[in-house]
Amino acid sequence: MAQMTMIQAITDAMRTELKNDENVLIYGEDVGQNGGVFRATEGLQKEFGEDRVFDTPLAESGIGGMSIGLALTGFRPVPEIQFFGFVYEVMDAISGQMARYRYRSGGTRPMPITVRSPFGGGVHTPELHADSLEGLMAQQPGLRVVIPSNPYDAKGLLISSIRNNDPVIFLEHMKLYRSFREEVPEEEYTVDLDKAAVKREGTDVTLVAYGAMVHSSLKAAEELEKNGISAEVLDLRTVSPVDYETILASVKKTNRAVVVQEAQKQAGIASNIVAEIQEKAILHLEAPVLRVAAPDTVYAFTQAEEVWLPNHNTIVEKVNDVMNF
Amino acid sequence: MNDLKRTLENIENQFETFQILNEEGEIVNDDFMPDLSDEDLKEIMRRMVYTRILDQRSIALNRQGRLGFYAPTAGQEASQLGSQFALEKEDFILPGYRDVPQLIWHGLPLHQAFLFSRGHFKGNQMPEGVNAVSPQIIIGAQITQTAGVGLGYKKRGQNAVAITYTGDGGASQGDFYEGINFAGAFAAQAIFVVQNNRFAISVPVEKQSAAQTIAQKAVAAGIEGIQVDGMDVLAVYAATKEARDRAVNGEGPTLIETLTYRYGPHTMAGDDPTRYRTEDEDSEWEKKDPIVRFRKFLEAKGLWSEEEENELIEKTKEEIKAAVKEADNTPKQSVADLIGIMHEELPSNLQEQLEEYKEKESK
Repeated sequence: MAQMTMIQAITDAMRTELKNDENVLIYGEDVGQNGGVFRATEGLQKEFGEDRVFDTPLAESGIGGMSIGLALTGFRPVPEIQFFGFVYEVMDAISGQMARYRYRSGGTRPMPITVRSPFGGGVHTPELHADSLEGLMAQQPGLRVVIPSNPYDAKGLLISSIRNNDPVIFLEHMKLYRSFREEVPEEEYTVDLDKAAVKREGTDVTLVAYGAMVHSSLKAAEELEKNGISAEVLDLRTVSPVDYETILASVKKTNRAVVVQEAQKQAGIASNIVAEIQEKAILHLEAPVLRVAAPDTVYAFTQAEEVWLPNHNTIVEKVNDVMNF
Repeated sequence: MNDLKRTLENIENQFETFQILNEEGEIVNDDFMPDLSDEDLKEIMRRMVYTRILDQRSIALNRQGRLGFYAPTAGQEASQLGSQFALEKEDFILPGYRDVPQLIWHGLPLHQAFLFSRGHFKGNQMPEGVNAVSPQIIIGAQITQTAGVGLGYKKRGQNAVAITYTGDGGASQGDFYEGINFAGAFAAQAIFVVQNNRFAISVPVEKQSAAQTIAQKAVAAGIEGIQVDGMDVLAVYAATKEARDRAVNGEGPTLIETLTYRYGPHTMAGDDPTRYRTEDEDSEWEKKDPIVRFRKFLEAKGLWSEEEENELIEKTKEEIKAAVKEADNTPKQSVADLIGIMHEELPSNLQEQLEEYKEKESK
């Protein structure tokens, strides 16, 4: 087994699927010769040729629309949107078109497209690079939204996404790209979509998180343990649809929950999870379910970013509120 | 210094309207007369007459509350059917909302066209082997998709093209520029037809752009462009045929602007063209009518008679009646049906809702 960063695992997943299926195409802005601005597609054009891995004109809506056309001719496109803040340029192609095509065609035109895109705060980018816009995607029926938190899952989830016959928005947190390495099998394997993972078992409170916030939650759990509080940490991995079964099983055991997201508080993934928990498990609860989220401003200017973003301290505070209710 | 006025004049002069058959039904451009058999010529006429009758019946059905969404087609038959007649079965059509006739002649059964109008998902299911998608509602969204289908065909080495339709308003969309630009950059096997019927609902084409033609926009994308008399079915056919040949020979995509007119309202949902068009303008365009001029042409060749046309009209009406009946007899769709076509593997939230609606709808 090899030690890989998350971005290496992502490249490895794409290489695996380029080898497995000649219909897989990888393209986007700077994706070919340059190997992507984060080097996610490093070496792939050289290995598989310009026909399979290529640069596109700089136009996100064009990339989205072209992906639909390629899918209509039987390809399995894996386009990259260079930063997910640019998704507004391709909203119609994603939400108005690819998400609806199977449905619109009465189930006859599948869209096996995986849109990969970096997002996430804490890396001091200019405006519209770091925003967490998964909530926007989750509101669109027909899309799956996948956010890995570690190299092993990233490879397995990306392979599953590419093999899935419906569109997947695959969001890669920039802060996690090179923050740590772990063992990742060089051979192919998949990680199931629509399934959350229990990252740490506990008995007093359930922390539900995804992306970089999984790591903040794990760090918070360590701190809490010093004060005798046992936190269970769940990693959603797929944020739409959410694996409520795993969440509800955990909450019924711990009787308390805090839902953590890096996105602004309003109308996000966390709100929906809170709603579902109270609909299905209210009699199991010892305290209200609280949320950890960013304030409802536009994403922070970088000098205020560290305060604006949730972190392990804000998680610990909310857990203490829940425990002391 | 660059003289903009001169530059534009130079460009615009290169986009003179291509015509083969004039308003009197006379061949004015014999060099480009397409190689069509008498039977082909008659078939084109039959399709135009059929489509005109279908339009009249569809409007009547809509007024009786028996059709639903409908965008009238009369006036645009040459643009719609002349271009479709130049296609092969393998070619892929990505239509706009007014382009149902092309789908019908590409293989969509008529009763399904009615189901599309009525908002039944079975109207959107193309039969096996019919290379098309249902009409696009978002203006211009199909244009970038067409670049993708055309690139897909190129990658597969297929002898086929993607063809899309939009209107003069569609040429103002960002997706129009992105689509033709992508197609040019990748030499996609694609044809972009802009049916310039002079009005985007009510806004006249003069207000869409400072450019004098839509065809000239091809220059910016580095692709072939041509402006065609969209009331002349032979010119539209010849331009599309050439565009198709170029595309499959790896010579790149083509933008075709057809100058045409819709006699009716934008759709049957309350649009009143008298608010933005004059009667003079209407009658000026009716003089250019594609069916009238093609009839003159065929009659002069001894290929068409009033009797033949009347027979065709009666037969068409019968076919329409039978298709309406078939549409009436199609079982209603349920919400459970709709949930079932959302995904290949149904996520848990929808599984739960599927059970809920199955139960609700079984009562």
